[in-house]
Amino acid sequence: MSTGLLYALAGVLLFVMGMAGAIIMAGALRKILAFNIMGSGAFLVLVGLAQRDGIPDPVPQAMVLTGIVVAVASTALALALARRLAADGDEER
Amino acid sequence: MNLALVFDLLLALMLLWSAWRALAAPNATRAVVMFIVFGLFLTLAWGRLDAPDIALAEAAIGAGLTGALLLDAVRTLGESAGADAGGARSPWRWPVLAFSPLLAVILVVAVLEAPQQLVDLPAVVERNMGLSGVTHPVTAVLLNFRGYDTLLEVAVLLAALFGLLALAQGAASAATRESFLLHTLARLATPPMIVVAGYLLWAGAHQPGGAFQAAAVLAAAAVLLHLAGLLPAWVAPGRLLRLGLAGGLLVFLAVAILPLAHAPLLTYPPAWAGALILLVETALTVSLGLVLAGLFLFLSGRSLRDEETR
Repeated sequence: MSTGLLYALAGVLLFVMGMAGAIIMAGALRKILAFNIMGSGAFLVLVGLAQRDGIPDPVPQAMVLTGIVVAVASTALALALARRLAADGDEER
Repeated sequence: MNLALVFDLLLALMLLWSAWRALAAPNATRAVVMFIVFGLFLTLAWGRLDAPDIALAEAAIGAGLTGALLLDAVRTLGESAGADAGGARSPWRWPVLAFSPLLAVILVVAVLEAPQQLVDLPAVVERNMGLSGVTHPVTAVLLNFRGYDTLLEVAVLLAALFGLLALAQGAASAATRESFLLHTLARLATPPMIVVAGYLLWAGAHQPGGAFQAAAVLAAAAVLLHLAGLLPAWVAPGRLLRLGLAGGLLVFLAVAILPLAHAPLLTYPPAWAGALILLVETALTVSLGLVLAGLFLFLSGRSLRDEETR
């Protein structure tokens, strides 16, 4: 088994774990964590599977690089939404 | 089985374990800390996958900035927001737990039996490197061959920041920490961080590095200064800051549109490609640095309730 394939398989398991967490977990913060783990799993599959023959592939690497930056932006937006939800919930009480 | 594969196997297990702890830890702070640990293991994994560019970005953004954002959120949302859900209340708990292993098996088989790639992308990139204007393949893909993705990504980042600005409410709390040691260390660390950002930007043309990593280091410097109490949180962007936030996208757009008269979007003339990429990367470093810092600084300090009334 090559290094690439091993991490692709780990990525698959992380993706499934994150997806289950995102559905089951109740707190907004846990859902955001689960969503991030899901994304990291997808990144590992993308790069690992492309490099299962051991040759570095710059194309998926560049895609994942942009993906990480987009992931932090969406996390920040999700946290802003979570705060707003919590604040509005407080006002109603 | 050689030693390297044993290491990979252990690292993969640590990845799964830390991700599991991030989801299952009893309190929110511990969950976030485990998520940061997960990010650091992931950084090692990228190193093992010959992807130093991603490793740099993961360490600075995935583990660093995301971790800071999440910890700040735990502070303002309180432990309750991340309270151990356990899933007891979710009606989906048992169906999801039953279905997940099945999905995992299907996906594992799909990955193991994935067909060979029809196009040998590394070879295609290698063949065209001469036209790209840089010598580092990842930078060539990012800013030349697949520049379109990067252009839209910068737009997405800006859109996320707009959304965040629209949602943010509450007064920003003033920085109050008074610590001589913290202030001195933050002041000492900032100039080298700016130099490192400049180096990463310049290095991107021929070795791992580039605008994203440089921007992440700049943003980290801003977050550090803010946490040390030397830089107040941002409330609403003034004219100069707005220009800084949007400048990268505008420069990138201008460079993308320029060749439209005689060529498709984003075609750089090979003779100019190197200079144009450096121009775009410089603008992106400043703008993305500000945007990434903004994701933290616009959110930070806006507590749900006033700190005093607690």
